[in-house]
Amino acid sequence: LSDSEDSVYSGLEDSGSDSEDDDEVVEEEEEEEEEEEEQQEDGSNPDEDKEDQSEQVYQTSASVSKRMSLPLSQPTVEFFSKDVMIHPVTNRPADKRSFIPSLIEKEKVSKLVHAIKMGWIKPRRVEDDSRGRFYDLWASESSSSLAKHKMHLPAPKIPLPGHEESYNPPPEYMFTDEERALWEQQDPSDRRLPFVPRKYPGLRQVPAFSRFIHERFERCLDLYLCPRQRKMRVNVNPEDLIPKLPKPKDLQPFPTTQSLVYRGHSGLVRSISVSPSGQWLVSGSDDGSVRLWEVCSSRCMKTVQVGGAVKSVAWNPNPSLCLVAVAVDSVVLILSPALADKQVVSSSERVLTAKEEEEGPSEGSQPVVWSETEGEELNQGIRLKIQHPKPVHQVTWHSKGDYLASVMPEHSSHLQVFIHQLSRRRSQNPFRRNKGLVQAVAFHPIRPYFFVATQRSVRIYNLVKQEMTKKLQANSKWISSIAVHSGGDHVICGSYDCKLSWFDLDLSTKPYKMLRHHKKAVRSVAYHRGYPLFASASDDGSVIVCHGTVYNDLLQNPLIVPVKVLRGHAITHDLGVLDVTFHPTQPWVFSSGADATIRLFT
Amino acid sequence: MGGLQKKKFERGSATNYITRNRARKKLMLSLPDFRRLCILKGIYPHEPKHKKKVNKGSTAPRTFYLLKDIRFLLHEPIVSKFREYKIFVRKLKRAYGKTEWSAVERLKENKPTYKLDHIVKERYPTFIDALRDIDDALCMCFLFSTFARTGKCHVQTIQLCRRLTVEWMNYVIASRALRKVFLSIKGIYYQAEVMGQLITWLVPYQFSHDHPTDVDYRVMATFTELYTTLLGFVNFRLYQSLNLVYPPKLDSKAELDLKEENEDDYAMSSESYYEKLSALSSSLARVVSTEEEEEAKLDQFPVEGEDMDKMEAREKEQKQLEVQKKIFEGLKFFINREVPRESLAFVIRCFGGQVSWDKSVCIGSTYDVTDETITHQVVDRPNVDKQYMNRYYIQPQWVYDCVNAKILLPVEDYFLGVTLPPHLSPFVEEKEGDYVPPEKLKIMALQRGEQPDGEEEEEEEEEEEDDDEEEEEEEDEEEEAEEKNLKKMEKQKSQGKSLEVKVTPGKLKVENPARLEQEEQAEEKRLAIMMMKKKEKYLYDKIMFGKKRKVREANKLAAKRKAHDDAEKAKKKKARK
Repeated sequence: LSDSEDSVYSGLEDSGSDSEDDDEVVEEEEEEEEEEEEQQEDGSNPDEDKEDQSEQVYQTSASVSKRMSLPLSQPTVEFFSKDVMIHPVTNRPADKRSFIPSLIEKEKVSKLVHAIKMGWIKPRRVEDDSRGRFYDLWASESSSSLAKHKMHLPAPKIPLPGHEESYNPPPEYMFTDEERALWEQQDPSDRRLPFVPRKYPGLRQVPAFSRFIHERFERCLDLYLCPRQRKMRVNVNPEDLIPKLPKPKDLQPFPTTQSLVYRGHSGLVRSISVSPSGQWLVSGSDDGSVRLWEVCSSRCMKTVQVGGAVKSVAWNPNPSLCLVAVAVDSVVLILSPALADKQVVSSSERVLTAKEEEEGPSEGSQPVVWSETEGEELNQGIRLKIQHPKPVHQVTWHSKGDYLASVMPEHSSHLQVFIHQLSRRRSQNPFRRNKGLVQAVAFHPIRPYFFVATQRSVRIYNLVKQEMTKKLQANSKWISSIAVHSGGDHVICGSYDCKLSWFDLDLSTKPYKMLRHHKKAVRSVAYHRGYPLFASASDDGSVIVCHGTVYNDLLQNPLIVPVKVLRGHAITHDLGVLDVTFHPTQPWVFSSGADATIRLFT
Repeated sequence: MGGLQKKKFERGSATNYITRNRARKKLMLSLPDFRRLCILKGIYPHEPKHKKKVNKGSTAPRTFYLLKDIRFLLHEPIVSKFREYKIFVRKLKRAYGKTEWSAVERLKENKPTYKLDHIVKERYPTFIDALRDIDDALCMCFLFSTFARTGKCHVQTIQLCRRLTVEWMNYVIASRALRKVFLSIKGIYYQAEVMGQLITWLVPYQFSHDHPTDVDYRVMATFTELYTTLLGFVNFRLYQSLNLVYPPKLDSKAELDLKEENEDDYAMSSESYYEKLSALSSSLARVVSTEEEEEAKLDQFPVEGEDMDKMEAREKEQKQLEVQKKIFEGLKFFINREVPRESLAFVIRCFGGQVSWDKSVCIGSTYDVTDETITHQVVDRPNVDKQYMNRYYIQPQWVYDCVNAKILLPVEDYFLGVTLPPHLSPFVEEKEGDYVPPEKLKIMALQRGEQPDGEEEEEEEEEEEDDDEEEEEEEDEEEEAEEKNLKKMEKQKSQGKSLEVKVTPGKLKVENPARLEQEEQAEEKRLAIMMMKKKEKYLYDKIMFGKKRKVREANKLAAKRKAHDDAEKAKKKKARK
């Protein structure tokens, strides 16, 4: 269909041009030329062509003969001039064809009529003014005619200008030199203001804003190119976000102020421990000494040089004994400080001496060697030496005071943990092999359970049945310390990635609560034996004391409230507080730091 | 089990969105046409909530349109017009190529055109919707009306824009709807309240533009096409609402006044009428000539309690507005030739003043400089040769500041050659804790009807505050000194030296119970913050950061101001000596 239309179109165009030609010119020569053109154009109609050609031939030959016959000498008569003549130039009678209607024209007209009828030719459009003419578009307001769908987001309006955009702003809004330099340095997208505030003394001096068209164009782009998204603006009062906790005042007692500082060590104090009576404090430092302090007076009662950096000290929790375990390099020393009643001292002496009968199975193949000390060391109070194959990092007592565990963290070794029995001078390696690097160990206060903290998890072993009962996932990268609640159902773990996780053993193997109170690595954690308190010490130099009530009712979860941030230790070599421990009966907390001091907070 | 396995991305959000290219293919349009269609129909991309789901698992950056929007475009009659136009261009090219001039002419006569009326109606179903979105239209039209009539776009568009903006300004004058004006470095911001909608537009200063090369004028032209249609219909409706004749005609009285003998020298008669309209110096003809509008008074309803207060506040506001509308009533202004005439004439007329200018500046001036009744002459040059006695010579900023302050400010600060007070943005509404420039405080005091001698008091207050701060600092210092002393003693003790035993009279340390309590509460809060959940903590931190930044910025501005004032004072002192 389209083909035929095209052909008709082309035909029409030609015919149109023909008719115009006929009207325009009378001059012969020009006519000739045009007819020649016609000839070229109308190659498709052979019949018409022939007629035309014959006519042409006749006409041209006549004119040529006329010109030739004229003698050269005769003056030229200007037949064709601008003057209008009243008589025709030639006397030739009119042709017949000028009286009869032209067939060609008829055909052309009929074609035009057909084209108009078919709508191919449109009449010349009247210049309608409708584009500029306005009317009341909203005469019949039907709001529901095309309800915008709910996803429609109207474009935000351009923010209104502030004082800094004024041509004469207050002086404080002008840029200082630094601000200007900063503005110039910044990426255009980072700038808070898209222009530099300027001040002009008069309105006459204000120049054109060079980015005016740009800004308008950018607005246009924003309107049609920028993806829109509905953002819910949170309109919350920040005070509402703070959890409602019981007031620390109502949770007293807890340590609030620093009351004593124990000075005397010259190296960082790695470890401290309090005697079960709460009267004495033992501390081990990197300067190679173990010091014994009186708690109430901050007086150093005794200094024992052990000849090596002390990694860990632990006072025997049995009140009827007065012994201290000290870890120095690969040796664990049993110290008898003799700071107690005579009865207690003698009973501990008895424990240290009455064991010699069973020496049978101790062969040379034993990895751990027990030996007694003599001479100078004995005078100092060092009674026993337990030689380990590797450096010992931690020692800890069982609550009965007979068993002692030591930790030697090393990769790919099955000899990481030893449990020593003091009364029988026997050592055993409870695990055939350890999974991962052991960080710390702890005894269950009541039941025969043993906690082993590796880098990422805490395993609980039943020592009687000799099997693992539970594995706690700490959700932290590297556990640093562990403490067990006196009830035995709750465990807290501090980790080097600033976290403290509280486990409720009855609830789950995942932490019941993760506390991110510290800014730096948590070095040590401790529970109070009597009060519902626990403390964590960190490299940021602070000790945070929290109140963690453990209810006897199993259905009620423990409530943890931080009650005090204790500061006092200076940070030296990026190390803050290294160890923390509670007084056994009072709500006091001791902390030892890298600044070679021990502090008591009461 | 059985059943077909569910395929991914065949339901849910993946089916609600369509990428731009796919949308274009679906509509069978070229990119420029698609762009134009989106502009005209107001279709914009959406940011899906889960981009990966919509993008079929890929994370490549793509723009997404809502499928519903694209479907909605499918039935748009204007799409066929685009196609027609494409065909027209093809034919025209062909005709040109063949040098068929008659065909070219015929084709040009039948150039397909389209109307955007239905689109405007569709996008803005109610008149209020249209008014809400008129800001951008006004800005664009004002910009286009300042373009030179060569090059960047069609002359007709420029003329149309000019006509529409003049109509708009005449409407604002007639309805006294202007509320705020702001002279910024970009141009002049105006804010009008039309039918309860606040409409803000920006007019560039009267300079020729140097056209940037990195701007696509076709996009702007398409927007302008839509905006002119929208603005035309809005104007029509607005004129109707005020009983004004549309297209605007001058008041018969004004027409006679403006008749001049040598009018033909200035412009052709057809143009001069339009020029007179755009001079904004006289009022417009009304359909029903009513000399005074009846003020619609608020009906009194019996109300009680809180509503009463609200009602009163509203009434007060209304009264204030009435006063503001008439601030220039009875004043006669004369505008010097170096001052932006159109803007000033517009603003003055909006608030009831009479305005005129030199005959040679523009057509439509109503009185001469020599008129004795002129009260204010607006001048923006250091001095004037011939000054008349009974009028104020003021700088143009006075007019704008008066409008924003809603009262007639004292003229002394704005006399010839005087350093102008800062021009403040009327759009800033200070909230609690924001920085308020002292000039604004001054204006606020004037508004309250106080005498402008509040400055000294303020200064005194400031000084008092300073004292308080100093005291606090002193206390802190004392504490520090004590601490140092203690440390020293500790050190000596630890070194085993005998202390210099000395008894000094102890100082009574006064404990402020209120302060102690405050500290306690602050610590409680700190501890509670430690127990927040991670998510809430993040949110809390963000809010607090924003708040702190605000305070910091306000403090910074105050400090800058103080430094500036001090420097000024010092300079003054020096000058006095």
